[in-house]
Amino acid sequence: MKVNRNLAISENGFVFNPTTGDSFSVNELGALIINKIKEGKSEAEILEFITQEYDTEKATIEKDFNEFIKILSNHQLIELYD
Amino acid sequence: MTRRKITVAVTGLNNIDSPGPGIPVARALKESTEFDVRIIGLSYETLEPGIYMKEFVDKTYQIPLPSAGTAILKDRIEYIHSIEKIDVIIPNFDAELHNFIKIQEELKSVFGIATALPTQEQFEERHKSSLGEFGEKYGVDVPKSKMIFSNSEIQNLGQEFDYPLVVKGKYYDASVAASPEQAMNYFHKISAKWGLPIIIQQFVSGNEVNITAIGDGKGNCIGAVPMRKLYITDKGKAWAGVSLEDDKLISIAHSVISKSKWKGGCELEFIKSKEGIYYLLEMNPRFPAWVYLAKGCGQNHPESLLKIALDEKTPVQKEYESGKMFIRYSQDLIVSMKDFEKISTTGEF
Repeated sequence: MKVNRNLAISENGFVFNPTTGDSFSVNELGALIINKIKEGKSEAEILEFITQEYDTEKATIEKDFNEFIKILSNHQLIELYD
Repeated sequence: MTRRKITVAVTGLNNIDSPGPGIPVARALKESTEFDVRIIGLSYETLEPGIYMKEFVDKTYQIPLPSAGTAILKDRIEYIHSIEKIDVIIPNFDAELHNFIKIQEELKSVFGIATALPTQEQFEERHKSSLGEFGEKYGVDVPKSKMIFSNSEIQNLGQEFDYPLVVKGKYYDASVAASPEQAMNYFHKISAKWGLPIIIQQFVSGNEVNITAIGDGKGNCIGAVPMRKLYITDKGKAWAGVSLEDDKLISIAHSVISKSKWKGGCELEFIKSKEGIYYLLEMNPRFPAWVYLAKGCGQNHPESLLKIALDEKTPVQKEYESGKMFIRYSQDLIVSMKDFEKISTTGEF
């Protein structure tokens, strides 16, 4: 997956999609995930990072992560590879 | 750099809740880096706010309504020109463009007043009622549409169009009708205001995106900035919007302007469908009221229009900043009765 070209994300987690004109607010973890995708990290790498940082079950993290990725994709903020 | 002195007359001073583009055009010109502009306002009514906005409009003259015809308009311009020595006129109303296009050659040859306007043919072919032919001629997707002249035609629309469909006036107004009854209602409402024909258009769901653009009449699109409305008033006007980055949309705009050899400012209104197809809904033959956003993003379209009118080399501007927003606001001007009296009785202020 990759972040759409020129997607802007501020330090406070304010996201602006210059292609659609939509703007969103994400929390600290949401911003972290978007920034990791922007850096080119794979899904596995991001999940690994979150699992180490947060004291939560891996299955829960995976479920929430996949849901978040779906939302990002629905709003055309990221592109998913087949 | 020394700015060149120039006198420019603009119309569209109705800076109200459904604003004309005159004040944004004047504002962009006042901020020109190349021209030191004296703005002459041309007004139709004495309560157009722009008349009293002295920071943008240096002097205003009333002009006859478009329905009065070209002869009386020419006489009035001759009088104004004898005092102000106008270099360029920028008309900003759809309804007056026909007259200005008709006299543009004469304005140039007799008075030396330059304009940057489309030809009569270009003006006519982008009419809402001819959108289908326009789309085909210039290779741009348009929603299916049909002109109707009588309410009796509404009953059979279901054979050609799915509901909901859009009922549109010839110049202004559009409503989405979910049933023949609603279509009938809008037919009467809109035709009472704007006359016939009424245009029936296929409803395309998606995001509306608009472009302010300018063509030099030689096939070059000098500038184009796309915008999405973020807040829409009950009159359908943008009260806030944001500039977009959309290469495909820009390339469609460049193609339409280039193939049609459009001269002057214009606004292209599109719907981007869920499938990513851009449907052209309208091409307005003048700058939009939000044209100052283009200046805010780095492209001063009114300034470019002056250069086109003066037949000067006008470079194509491709760079602009996306993510810039405009937020419109209203403010009450305090005006003395003396000022109102002056424009009301002498036609000048």
